Amino acid sequence: MKRIQEALQQNKKLLSIYFTAGYPNLDDTIPVLKSLEKNGVDMVEIGLPFSDPLADGPTIQASSTQALKNGMTTEVLFKQLEGVREHISIPLIIMGYFNPVLQYGVETFCKKCSEIGIDGLILPDLPLAEYNLHYRELFEKYNLANIFLITPQTSKERIREIDEASNGFIYMVSSASTTGKTSGFAEEQISYFNRINALQLKNPQIVGFGINNAETFTKATKKAKGAIIGSAFIKTLTNDGLAGIPNFIKRLR
Amino acid sequence: MSYHVNENGYYGEFGGAYIPEMLYPNVEELRQQYLAVMQEDSFKQEFKQLLKEYVGRPTPLYYAIRFSKKYNTNIYLKREDLCHTGAHKVNNTIGQILMAKRLGKNRIIAETGAGQHGVATATVCALMGIECVVYMGAVDIERQAPNVARMKMLGATVIPATSGSKTLKDATNEAIRDWINNPTDTHYIIGSVVGPHPYPDMVARFQSVISEEIKTQLLEKEGKENPDYVVACVGGGSNAAGAYYHYLDNPNVGIIAVEAAGKGIKSGESAATSVLGKPGIIHGSKTLLMQTTDGQITEPYSISAGLDYPGVGPMHAHLFTSGRGEFISITDAEAMEAGLELSKLEGIIPAIETSHALAIFKNRQFKKDDIIVINLSGRGDKDLNTYIDYFNLK
Repeated sequence: MKRIQEALQQNKKLLSIYFTAGYPNLDDTIPVLKSLEKNGVDMVEIGLPFSDPLADGPTIQASSTQALKNGMTTEVLFKQLEGVREHISIPLIIMGYFNPVLQYGVETFCKKCSEIGIDGLILPDLPLAEYNLHYRELFEKYNLANIFLITPQTSKERIREIDEASNGFIYMVSSASTTGKTSGFAEEQISYFNRINALQLKNPQIVGFGINNAETFTKATKKAKGAIIGSAFIKTLTNDGLAGIPNFIKRLR
Repeated sequence: MSYHVNENGYYGEFGGAYIPEMLYPNVEELRQQYLAVMQEDSFKQEFKQLLKEYVGRPTPLYYAIRFSKKYNTNIYLKREDLCHTGAHKVNNTIGQILMAKRLGKNRIIAETGAGQHGVATATVCALMGIECVVYMGAVDIERQAPNVARMKMLGATVIPATSGSKTLKDATNEAIRDWINNPTDTHYIIGSVVGPHPYPDMVARFQSVISEEIKTQLLEKEGKENPDYVVACVGGGSNAAGAYYHYLDNPNVGIIAVEAAGKGIKSGESAATSVLGKPGIIHGSKTLLMQTTDGQITEPYSISAGLDYPGVGPMHAHLFTSGRGEFISITDAEAMEAGLELSKLEGIIPAIETSHALAIFKNRQFKKDDIIVINLSGRGDKDLNTYIDYFNLK
């Protein structure tokens, strides 16, 4: 968690990249991480693949299906990540769906994350009420930030509740969509960005969904602390493999 | 102990709303309004009138003379197969289209497996003149061409789900994604007692007309409202939820749920969730779920397309773990034989889903004076090709 907070205090806009663990090949997880850090990425979301990723569009689902075919499991990912802190110092967040975590055992999962040096979790289908009631203490015990999503439809009152329960940043979904669906920002998104900025939340916001190049990155981070790129990065991995990473990152800022 | 949903949306440990934030406003709007809307006089009146004049309710409660005689007990069939569109599914879609109208929605989405719920949804959308989009697995579209044609005739757009295993669970994923992308004008008509709260409870309430009628009809015929057992097949579990609803908290009425064992529980090709499932999360609900040890959802199998769902409604998961319900698994072969048997004994060709419920008498003994109500959830027209192939009827 400390690494996330330190990153957020830097005087720059953070570039965060999402990728699916075990994609394109099972053993690519660590090489991708190393390449991302080397090329100046500030934070990474490691996707734990799930068979039925409701909030994701076709690009991320296809990469998840492939990763599962490659043999990725929670156990395998943890094995791959053992000792990761010997090479990687940027914040690492695991992003996945709640069922695999539940099957692994929520406490065992959190403990393992903390041992490895994972800083936070994004579990889009673990609802706020459920988190507060049953899991908040565990996350805090193991020093894991729980990152919540907000969308243009999230009410002001609920944003305040989410801000209260958060201890890292808030993942600001740019539009009503699944991942990889939109690109570019219209008036509507810009006014949403301004509206959230005006709330003066205690947690900084990082924008995700719809960011795929330097232009959208700049627009998204005008008011927010950073931006997350997922589907566009997965497409690069699909088309160019790991060799495509340096160019992809360079073109972003 | 109550077997109905509690104020937090749970049946025992099962239920809840495990949904991404993108869905929260839609589901929350529904949660806040569904009970109030359903209690409005105008809603109740319109719902009742459509069920009577459009669906053809009340459906008969028929004493199956020859079938009863064969198994030396008393078997009533609740004839949901006589509903418009051929199954109980329409009770729910009528209710939900009225709900959607009151919530000001002008676009309907739905998922479908075999196409029965898709047809029932397309039907009520045609009735109300509302745009209808149905998601259906690409594999199912191939297998269920007549239902695809029906939906198209009724004016619906059928979109193939090409992700994952390209079947019901993927169609459900796609429908949920559509809802995420269209959060304000669209209502999602879920076809069973699954999904995030309040769906399982709302759908159960719309289907509860089944047990409401059974009570009145049984009183007329037997002088008492309560049978000894009420039996239904369970995929997601909506016909079962409706048949059990008014008996849930009455311990004198036995509840029997019949699941599809497919080619056998241990064959690796089965849909018997209560036996093979573990608690997990699917489509926004905590329930029993067929999955790998790693928590990936696995693909179920049954000869009946309406029963091959990898989960089960949270109400049923609770009925199972609490011991309130007796769960029986029936194989493809047992179900097919039972379907043929009912056809010959009673002149009623049942849907293969229903045939599973009819097959319990081979191994489960009942007393001579027991009164058993089986929910005859659907008619077999849609399954003719499967029956023809299986029994070589050409």
